[in-house]
Amino acid sequence: MKKVLYILICCFLSTSVHAGLNVFACEPEWVALASELGGDKLNIYQATSALQDPHHIDARPSLIAKMRHADLVVCTGAGLEVGWLPLVIRQSANDKVLEGQPGHFAAAMQVERLDIPQNVDRSMGDVHPEGNPHVQLDPVRMLKIANALTQRLSQIDPANAAWYQQRHEVFKNKWQTAITYWEAKAKPLKGQAVAVYHKDWVYLFAWLGMQSVATLEPKAGIAPSAGYLAQLKQELAQYPASMVIYASYQNGNAARWLSDEMHIPLVELPFTVGGNAQAKDLFTLFDDTLQRMLKAQESKK
Amino acid sequence: MRWKHSCFILCGLCLATTAGAENKISANEFNPAISLILSGSYSQYSNDPDTYSISGFALADDVNPGRKGFSLDESELSISANIDDMFYGYFTVALAAEGSAEVEEAYIETLGLGTGFTIKAGRFFSGIGYLNQQHSHNWDFIDQPLVYKALLDNQLGDDGIQLRWLAPTDVYLEFGMEALRGDSFPAGNGANDGRGTITLFAHVGGDVDLSNSWQAGLSYIQAKADDRQTGDPVETFNGETKIAAMDFIWKWAPNGNNKETNLKLQAEYFLQNQDGSYNGLAYDEDQNGYYLQAVYQFIPKWRVGLRYDSLHADDPGAAFAGTALDTQGHHPERWSSMLDWSRTEFSRLRLQYNRDDSNPDTDNQVYLQYIMSLGAHGAHRY
Repeated sequence: MKKVLYILICCFLSTSVHAGLNVFACEPEWVALASELGGDKLNIYQATSALQDPHHIDARPSLIAKMRHADLVVCTGAGLEVGWLPLVIRQSANDKVLEGQPGHFAAAMQVERLDIPQNVDRSMGDVHPEGNPHVQLDPVRMLKIANALTQRLSQIDPANAAWYQQRHEVFKNKWQTAITYWEAKAKPLKGQAVAVYHKDWVYLFAWLGMQSVATLEPKAGIAPSAGYLAQLKQELAQYPASMVIYASYQNGNAARWLSDEMHIPLVELPFTVGGNAQAKDLFTLFDDTLQRMLKAQESKK
Repeated sequence: MRWKHSCFILCGLCLATTAGAENKISANEFNPAISLILSGSYSQYSNDPDTYSISGFALADDVNPGRKGFSLDESELSISANIDDMFYGYFTVALAAEGSAEVEEAYIETLGLGTGFTIKAGRFFSGIGYLNQQHSHNWDFIDQPLVYKALLDNQLGDDGIQLRWLAPTDVYLEFGMEALRGDSFPAGNGANDGRGTITLFAHVGGDVDLSNSWQAGLSYIQAKADDRQTGDPVETFNGETKIAAMDFIWKWAPNGNNKETNLKLQAEYFLQNQDGSYNGLAYDEDQNGYYLQAVYQFIPKWRVGLRYDSLHADDPGAAFAGTALDTQGHHPERWSSMLDWSRTEFSRLRLQYNRDDSNPDTDNQVYLQYIMSLGAHGAHRY
């Protein structure tokens, strides 16, 4: 009995020793952004890894336990986490992070979204009425999100507002320099037509002036059949793509098949921080993404 | 003011599209989430399903295996929404094929009282066990385990109030208690002036690593019955049922990416004592049962499942010969296997085979089932 009590007390203590704001970040890119802005003033919990499909997460007990302590939830929003986040929040009984509260930050809702459907129907697959949620791959939108998140951090934790503002200034300057560098470097990609597995890259392509001519999934979230791929191959013969792109968390078999058949390079992109060994933070995420596409482009010549 | 100012500068600097956050709110966005489950099946039994029994157990109405041939299963209509910043509301009505409607759940729940407390009131499925709270469209097999059929008439749901507390620990640790009306089996007729059932439960769970997670639970039910009538011809029970239960769930998905492949192992054990009078005869006996199941998604969309059920009832003696409690020296058990396919998370087709030895006359049961979900569909529990 004494031992049980001791363990219980340790459990309680283990959660009370952390100082600073507890941040529950749904995806790795928001972990990275929050740590750029908050540094060691934040205890950030990463809810999903780059190798998980953020559409399909179990409302696991561990997530509920972490949510109970959260002062701030930083997620993509726009329906990406609709299959698990609302349940986790409700089960955590934490009123600070309810949708609509200052403790609930939805990154995609801070910026203009693309692909907002005129009408939605489930026969279209896993479409989001709020628009495409994968906003993290547009560095320009990322600036806007960083600004909004800084305001939110300052609102929740006014004692450290100056700290957040100052770190935001530093991040903003570094990021703008990086954007200039990336845009110059990515010039050869402009106007390139590519095939993608899922519509993960809308914002990246809009930024770089690339276009997606084929999506391997027949409907969002639905894996392609052999027949569909054969049909896609015929279409691509008329409108050729210069590469096939898929994300690290996706099954690469269909993309690999198309790449072999069409004799075009296959590119596995990290999609988010931690998607491969090179994408260690937000800066290296873009460095690596561009480098992989440029390399594929180069090998095509 | 400051936000606008810095935003203006930012936008100017980056020469980007600067349309602000689109927060169009129209009146109908306040409409609650509405979901409809459509389900139907084709069933084949070697025995007459109307004579179904589980040796040694008094069964309530809901556990019959169903009708032979084609049949429409329950259609489930759910409506849910946040009521305001403090309350959440949920309503599900189950429409049976014959036309009767039953309010399955209708409850309100607090949205964060702070310090980890949640109160739920109304009609709801009890938080005991693991499977008890899941709606039938979310079951991994078409039917419930035998132990749920025999001890809880498929599921314990009743009118009452629930208090839960989530401990402020890094490991998930939740405690709950319920006071319920006592209309639902194993209670009956709102015994004890409409406070017939109380429950206690605790759940603990966590992650082992990125690929593995688990949850375990302990539950206790104490249910009073006041002239509870079961079976045909009717048999009457007056007295108290006490149930203790354990549940354990293990989930595995490589790198936590459950879309490709995943495995779920699940087991629950129930032990019950019934003390009172049965058909006017003094009765005090124990019964227990368990099930073990594994469901494996071997490629996207496709899952296979295997389940074993076992029940044991103490022999109440010759005085009970011929009643539902007569074990006939039989040990009820069942093997079930299933294969299902889901186009998306909103549709599922399932084939299931049971070799059912609930009573001495072995029944071979084959089911072909569809379960489809229309409209808003909320997240499922772990």
